[in-house]
Amino acid sequence: MNKSLVSRLSGQKGWMLLSGFALIALVIVPIFNLSIPEGHPLHLSTYWVSLFGKIMCYAIVALAMDLVWGYTGILSLGHGVFFALGGYAMGMYLMRAIDPDGLPAFMVFLDWQSLPWFWQGTEHFLYALLLIVLAPGLLAFVFGFFAFRSRIKGVYFSIITQAMTLAAMLLFFRNETGFGGNNGFTGFTSILGHSITAPGTRVTLFALTALALIGALLLGRYIVTSKLGRVLMAIRDAESRVMFSGYNPLPYKLFIWTLSAVICAIAGALFVPQVGIINPGEMSPANSIEIAIWVAVGGRGTLVGPLIGAGLISGVKSWFTVSFPEYWLYVLGLIFILVTLYLPRGVVGLAEHLQKRTKTEAKA
Amino acid sequence: MSASALSAQVGGMGSDLTGIERVVTPGKLDTTHGPILYLEDITVSFDGFKALNALTLTIDQGELHCIIGPNGAGKTTMMDVITGKTRPDFGTAFFGQTIDLTKLNEPQIAQAGIGRKFQKPTVFEELTVHENLGLALKTDKSVWASLRFKMTGEQQQKIDETLELIRLQSDAHRRAGALSHGQKQWLEIGMLLMQEPKLLLLDEPAAGMTDEETARSGELFLSLAGRYSLIVVEHDMEFIRQISSKVTVLHEGSVLAAGTLDQVQADDRVIEVYLGR
Repeated sequence: MNKSLVSRLSGQKGWMLLSGFALIALVIVPIFNLSIPEGHPLHLSTYWVSLFGKIMCYAIVALAMDLVWGYTGILSLGHGVFFALGGYAMGMYLMRAIDPDGLPAFMVFLDWQSLPWFWQGTEHFLYALLLIVLAPGLLAFVFGFFAFRSRIKGVYFSIITQAMTLAAMLLFFRNETGFGGNNGFTGFTSILGHSITAPGTRVTLFALTALALIGALLLGRYIVTSKLGRVLMAIRDAESRVMFSGYNPLPYKLFIWTLSAVICAIAGALFVPQVGIINPGEMSPANSIEIAIWVAVGGRGTLVGPLIGAGLISGVKSWFTVSFPEYWLYVLGLIFILVTLYLPRGVVGLAEHLQKRTKTEAKA
Repeated sequence: MSASALSAQVGGMGSDLTGIERVVTPGKLDTTHGPILYLEDITVSFDGFKALNALTLTIDQGELHCIIGPNGAGKTTMMDVITGKTRPDFGTAFFGQTIDLTKLNEPQIAQAGIGRKFQKPTVFEELTVHENLGLALKTDKSVWASLRFKMTGEQQQKIDETLELIRLQSDAHRRAGALSHGQKQWLEIGMLLMQEPKLLLLDEPAAGMTDEETARSGELFLSLAGRYSLIVVEHDMEFIRQISSKVTVLHEGSVLAAGTLDQVQADDRVIEVYLGR
């Protein structure tokens, strides 16, 4: 029962895969991108570095979603809002970094004379980091507190999270809100004094994203293998039994919900400097639904599955939206229906099933 | 001075307590007067329909008490009131002398020492039998404590003892969802015992069990009586005859008759409303 922490977090094979991933992300990619000159067949272009960096951000979001949906049974269709808020908090710093003494261009355009109060202090990177965690964390905590205290569950909860992200999107679309309206933030030039387009900065952001992904995965494993994780699964399977066993589900749900939102926000903050833009489109209801699809495709309640799901769907999407952009949403819907009907446990469930079958065949 | 206050004073003289009143610790179960549960004038109405109508019932410490009654008599609503799921419109519900059940929520009541088994067996299907019992274990149930929880040898032993009692040792590491219906009922009872309750509410614990399982459940409940107080809601008269000496009949939200099974079965009003003869 009381295994050592190392063996509790992952099996031997898992640790080897994780080390392999870390080696590729932290050593091999930087070498192939920075040390091998452009034009050489082994050179890894900055385009690919940024694309994989972006997909890793999505993977972190999928993992955060799995904690609340896969393990606790709370389907959020508004997780995009936490991702976007983390992105906006980072974006505020990046906008100030363009011209630390003047106003961001969109404020000049609106003829504003001074910074609104909520922009004060955003020129400091450390304060921006604090904001990345606190703003979405506070929103999640307050929203979760009222929703869970009122015992709103199931599809009703999903609907109000969808409404929340839509409302946030409409709010951020307004110029008067002070976040650049429908254009959002873009045209970033530097981060901590380094040019944002320089390959070195790109690779550093990529490596940081990889570390965040590994950190989120290990934290997730730590939680789901603890007794806390078993209480979360118990809430998912029989909440009334949990209550009559002497647990108050409210703080449990609130904890995992807020943690999940903060993880999403960190992913959003890493995403923005790599793609160079954040706008209210990130809060669109469809984006949040796509997060749920990543998790469903990868396999709910597996942690690793959603990472695969996010990578798979984002990969297919990047290809589709270039080749057949008008069909992408149909394809996404079709994937979701097929997975729900035939792969209730996603890609990971399918892999486990196939593995079991080959094993029994080998025995026979 | 009333008789009880006098006896309390006499008792107080023998111990370190001073003054006339006994020292009462709020929130701590006190059954010095005998009963473990008092329900008085409990009334619950749903849209004008009175599910419970001035129900008054007392359960003594250590007794095994059966509740019977036709559908809609208010048995489940009564359990909902005792466990905090439903707030009564009127009336008082006390656990021992000091704990006012109408002021606590479900987890608080569970921690105070009332365990409840549902009619439909409710266990955590995706977890193993062992994990199910581990979750029910009486311990600090805050988020932080759960995150840092490490099982002690003593707790492990307690789980093993319960596994033996509910005869699921060989299934300890099976998924609870894979158990048979009767085994799930037993697991749920085992989970209640892990909470170290003082009072157990069992809603049709023998439903869906084979005759052999039912007989074994009866033995188990008889062995629990004394150490625990039990309220059993049942329809199976044979089962009631096996386990209980005291039966209360509910009808339209209040007590119709009480006594031994033979007494209530001979009661004309009971025959009229319940046995339908």
